[in-house]
Amino acid sequence: MLSAAPGGRVHGRSAGLGERLIEVGLLGCGLLSIFTTAGILFVLAIETFAFFREVTLAQFFFDTQWTPLFADKHFGIWPLVSGTVLTSGIAILVALPFGLLAAIYLSEFAEQRVRKVLKPALEILAGVPTIVYGYFALVFVTPILQAMIPGLAGFNSLSAGMIMGMMIIPMISSMTEDALYAVPNSLREGAYALGATRLSTIFRVVLPAAVSGIAASVILAISRAVGETMIVAIAAGQQPRLTLDPRLPVETMTTYIVQVSMGDTPAGTLEYRSIFVVGAALFVMTFTMNFVSQRLTRRYRSAV
Amino acid sequence: MASAGAPTAPEKLRMTQSAHSRPGRPRENSVNSEEAATKFRVRRLAAWFGSQQVLHGLDLDISKQRVTAIIGPSGCGKSTFIRCLNRMHELVPSARVGGEVRLDDEDIYGPGVDPVLLRRRVGMVFQKPNPFPSMSIRDNVLAGLRLTHQLARAHANEINEKALRSAALWDEVKDRLDEPGAGLSGGQQQRLCIARALAVEPDVLLMDEPCSALDPIATARIEDLIHTLRERYTIVIVTHNMQQAARVSDRTAFLLTGELVEYAPTDRIFTAPSDKRTEDYITGKFG
Ligand SMILES: Nc1ncnc2c1ncn2[C@@H]1O[C@H](COP(=O)(O)OP(=O)(O)OP(=O)(O)O)[C@@H](O)[C@H]1O
Ligand SMILES: [Mg+2]
Repeated sequence: MLSAAPGGRVHGRSAGLGERLIEVGLLGCGLLSIFTTAGILFVLAIETFAFFREVTLAQFFFDTQWTPLFADKHFGIWPLVSGTVLTSGIAILVALPFGLLAAIYLSEFAEQRVRKVLKPALEILAGVPTIVYGYFALVFVTPILQAMIPGLAGFNSLSAGMIMGMMIIPMISSMTEDALYAVPNSLREGAYALGATRLSTIFRVVLPAAVSGIAASVILAISRAVGETMIVAIAAGQQPRLTLDPRLPVETMTTYIVQVSMGDTPAGTLEYRSIFVVGAALFVMTFTMNFVSQRLTRRYRSAV
Repeated sequence: MASAGAPTAPEKLRMTQSAHSRPGRPRENSVNSEEAATKFRVRRLAAWFGSQQVLHGLDLDISKQRVTAIIGPSGCGKSTFIRCLNRMHELVPSARVGGEVRLDDEDIYGPGVDPVLLRRRVGMVFQKPNPFPSMSIRDNVLAGLRLTHQLARAHANEINEKALRSAALWDEVKDRLDEPGAGLSGGQQQRLCIARALAVEPDVLLMDEPCSALDPIATARIEDLIHTLRERYTIVIVTHNMQQAARVSDRTAFLLTGELVEYAPTDRIFTAPSDKRTEDYITGKFG
């Protein structure tokens, strides 16, 4: 029909110059962020290669101590990994139940009005500067915990992990709520029509239908906890230690990077390069998790 | 219509394990007698969404073990009407119901009636097939029993097969019961939803345009199925397809803007409607 119109023109553009400029501008912004990422990756890769010219992979993966700043240098990554895993694990143990329950309440029980107020209010939690959380953990939560738990050090992964859990509750609840809300009403109706109660409808039909979205939110929250710096740097201590005891001071990968960058380590030294290696390892961890999370999100979008 | 020895109807919906008579037995009224027992007695039924009234005082009786078709133009309240029969209407926030609906002589809106138990007796099939995406074919069929904690493991396979056979789906899926229900074709999904509804052994099956998303062959299969189910269940079917109403139903109700215009045996509605508006609608002059 269109092409048959006499003299009709469907090819070419009708957009004016202004529109073209905006298009180019937007493209520029997009490219800029891609270049930035590429640049970071490039620097990480260069420094990481330089590091591994002096330190063997075996030292990196099989040593159990991390002491690049000492005279007796060890480069075993595991103490930093264990510190990171421990604090993040505690965080997720705290955040998962609260986040899930909050999401279920918001999506399935709260009235529209309540939901409109509560959801943003919860998201404010995520907007609190992490340094505030860090000091809150150190000067408020740790003393309270010390009164209850014998042997709890002044710097410990327990209070840092718990407060980090508070911080990521809104990530889990918000994304999970989106996933639950996206479950089509026809499934709920199908369950009700079979004589299911509200609770069994939620737990056996709605939650399973949203499971990949929920998993995505949890993974993203973990990756946020793994990358979190301020809270653990302030409250968990700066002593690389291969332990799963939550009462002891530990050092996470992020904290190590802060520690070295804040010091006066000259560029080009092995100590200096070690922060890029840790950064690269951190990047691989969070990238993998974000990737999995995205795949899962896409799957639940296509499933419902 | 409850017989003397059986529990009286008003108690049934209040018991957790209802002991109502199972379909499939010979009934006091044979299928071809003109006077069938009444399953639903609807009086002055009114329904609202917020302040908008969508049903304006309907009166009709729905016969046991008969197929009753509900026809009418889009938006006239057909879905709302059948959703009042299993109290699904009230799940919509702001929705309200007035009047009286009696199932086997018990007021389903009476005090103490649990809508959850009512819905186990009055099953429903929706316009768009809605198998549970996280479940296999078998789990979909058994979902009703699982959701209501009534599934005895020992009988699971038996119930599954029986329901799928009743829904004329068994032969097509018997070799892939563990595959996801959402992987079936649209027509198969709809029969899966029928099997799912039958597995909880309801007395009544409400069907809201069950074929509107299906092709003619799948539609014919569902219609055949309705013919066989009719001997054991009371069926109320909403349809936009006049031929379908004529083919499957015993009685037809014509609704217009929330009012019951005409309700009569189907052949009479389609050959000699007594209301001019009915005639206009079925001959395609409006709607
Ligand atoms: N959830 C709802 N909220 C508000 N109004 C509604 C809702 N559902 C239906 N309505 C209104 O109620 C009236 C009856 O709707 P209903 O769905 O019963 O019509 P229907 O006869 O089933 O139509 P169709 O043939 O299109 O399915 C319509 O005017 C509709 O706009
Ligand atoms: Mg409808």
